Amino acid sequence: MAEIQNFTMNFGPQHPAAHGVLRLVLEMDGEVITKADPHVGLLHRATEKLAESKPFNQSIGYMDRLDYVSMMCNEHSYVLAIEKLLGIQAPIRAQYIRVMFDEITRILNHLMWLGAHGLDIGAMTMFLYCFREREDLMDCYEAVSGTRMHATYYRPGGVYRDLPEEMPRYEPSRFRTKQDVKRLNKTREGSMLDFIEDFTDRFPACVDEYETLLTDNRIWKQRTVNIGVVSPERAIALGFTGPMLRGSGVEWDLRKKQPYEVYGDLEFDIPVGVSGDCYDRYLVRVEELRQSNRIIRQCIHWLRENPGPVMLDDRKISPPRRSDMKDDMESLIHHFKLFTEGYCVPEGEVYAAVEHPKGEFGIYLVSDGANKPYRVKIRAPGFAHLSAMDEMVRGHMLADVVAVIGTQDIVFGEVDR
Amino acid sequence: MLATQVLASVVDCGEMTVEVPVTGLLDSCRLLRDEDGLNFDLLTDVCVVDYLTYGDDEWNTSDATATGFSRSVSTAAKKKSADRRFAVVYHLLSISENQRLRVKVFAPDGDPPVVPSVVDIWPGANWFEREAFDLFGVLFEGHPDLRRLLTDYGFIGHPFRKDFPLSGNVEVRYDPDKARVVYEPVSIEPRTLVPRVIRDDNRYQDALRTASGAEDSDHG
Repeated sequence: MAEIQNFTMNFGPQHPAAHGVLRLVLEMDGEVITKADPHVGLLHRATEKLAESKPFNQSIGYMDRLDYVSMMCNEHSYVLAIEKLLGIQAPIRAQYIRVMFDEITRILNHLMWLGAHGLDIGAMTMFLYCFREREDLMDCYEAVSGTRMHATYYRPGGVYRDLPEEMPRYEPSRFRTKQDVKRLNKTREGSMLDFIEDFTDRFPACVDEYETLLTDNRIWKQRTVNIGVVSPERAIALGFTGPMLRGSGVEWDLRKKQPYEVYGDLEFDIPVGVSGDCYDRYLVRVEELRQSNRIIRQCIHWLRENPGPVMLDDRKISPPRRSDMKDDMESLIHHFKLFTEGYCVPEGEVYAAVEHPKGEFGIYLVSDGANKPYRVKIRAPGFAHLSAMDEMVRGHMLADVVAVIGTQDIVFGEVDR
Repeated sequence: MLATQVLASVVDCGEMTVEVPVTGLLDSCRLLRDEDGLNFDLLTDVCVVDYLTYGDDEWNTSDATATGFSRSVSTAAKKKSADRRFAVVYHLLSISENQRLRVKVFAPDGDPPVVPSVVDIWPGANWFEREAFDLFGVLFEGHPDLRRLLTDYGFIGHPFRKDFPLSGNVEVRYDPDKARVVYEPVSIEPRTLVPRVIRDDNRYQDALRTASGAEDSDHG
């Protein structure tokens, strides 16, 4: 009788469904996975080491590039850690702006996830639909910070600047007629808050649209129900957080349990799954889209009523206004000092975590009193999730690996750091 | 039981840090996970801190002025002794009690430094310990699969140690004569990237005072 041997196969690092640069060494028994060994680190940029050699503020930009589909949430955690160590708190308006942009980021992230996950397991249309809505939110990023992705908008002591009074508009070109431009600019006539409000008005209908396509779809269910089941006890033991933990039925959300910024004053619900499979995690994330929409609306309402400062009025931490620098020596000195040597943070260590779209994103910051961090440790949610890959795919078919990678919402910027 | 194990405990910025000896690490961890009222069942993070240059000045220009330039490290920051170089830091979370705890253990002096692995207590520690081994060269005794994780295949050294240069030791380039990629020692001169800070500037006096205040309550 012929001897039967297991087959070892490389999945990635160049594979469209690997969500970046994942090399997965799979040991196959026929089409069944007996062992999966993820090789990561192909996108390792030593962010933590780089941050150790720069003044505090210069590393905010690095944080955007960790999980590059939920940029501002990464910044948030880093900025919170610095603020905690400095013993300062951002003005209330800045906190609302941060919360609003955290939730915009959550929608951005979940839309990216839904589109890519759909595309991976056979729902092409989802990708197009999701990117249509993502575009509007990217424009919000651009309007507020000047860039569509890597914003560097949150700063210790508040946010870089207040919300703009007007949105950038489309202009007619060879490719866009006047009528097109008029239609595209219809929602951009007012302030940025008007634009976001208009978005939140139409977004729930968009989510309905996604759900019509997927939730009761037979193929979608065949690909996700009972795939990658994780029990609640196991999810906790493996260090899962965020939707991965909630999908298994553990009601745990830092926004509710350990509220930071103004989450304590806002109304929203935490969706929880029941069976802990890919389908439940899909349902949890879709419901989070709706809840984020709800939070954004509350923030818009508050921000309209309450103008105020968005940055601490402390020249040792936040730069002076540019107009002040023109005729005030003191301001000029402060500006020069802040942008060359930065500020010193008292000796100590803190851990600041936020409910990132993917789970708990934490920054462990050790300072020895200098103007740069002594050690920064980034706790990336995707890292803990990917380490459970072997356990989640064992016994499944090859095609289910793609579904599990998708459901884990892996982004290599944060896994490899 | 835990009280006999704890070397020091600090509450700073509303966070609790407990330092345990390396011999009692596993017992303390098991206790923290299982004891009613503690239930630290979720290990959020494991990382290593290398205290080699903690509190050191990089700028050596004391001749320049009477006060000198420095990195403005806190005057309270003390040099650590050799066996206090590598600290393994565990961040625990108790879902039922809604509490966080930081457990710190200093690896005993040795090359390589060795601490017991907590994989048997929290399976989620697996990759975190692999990463820590890769980047700092701390061995985790009892780990089932202690391979490198983030660095390249065949990488030499542990890049996050403080004595590992930021630019690395080798650089790669394509050699057209040999028709392959070759590794060579780096051509970059090491330099300090952080601007100097005048330490005895009045604006840091408050910060220094709070830092030294926190230092006083350290060993409570």
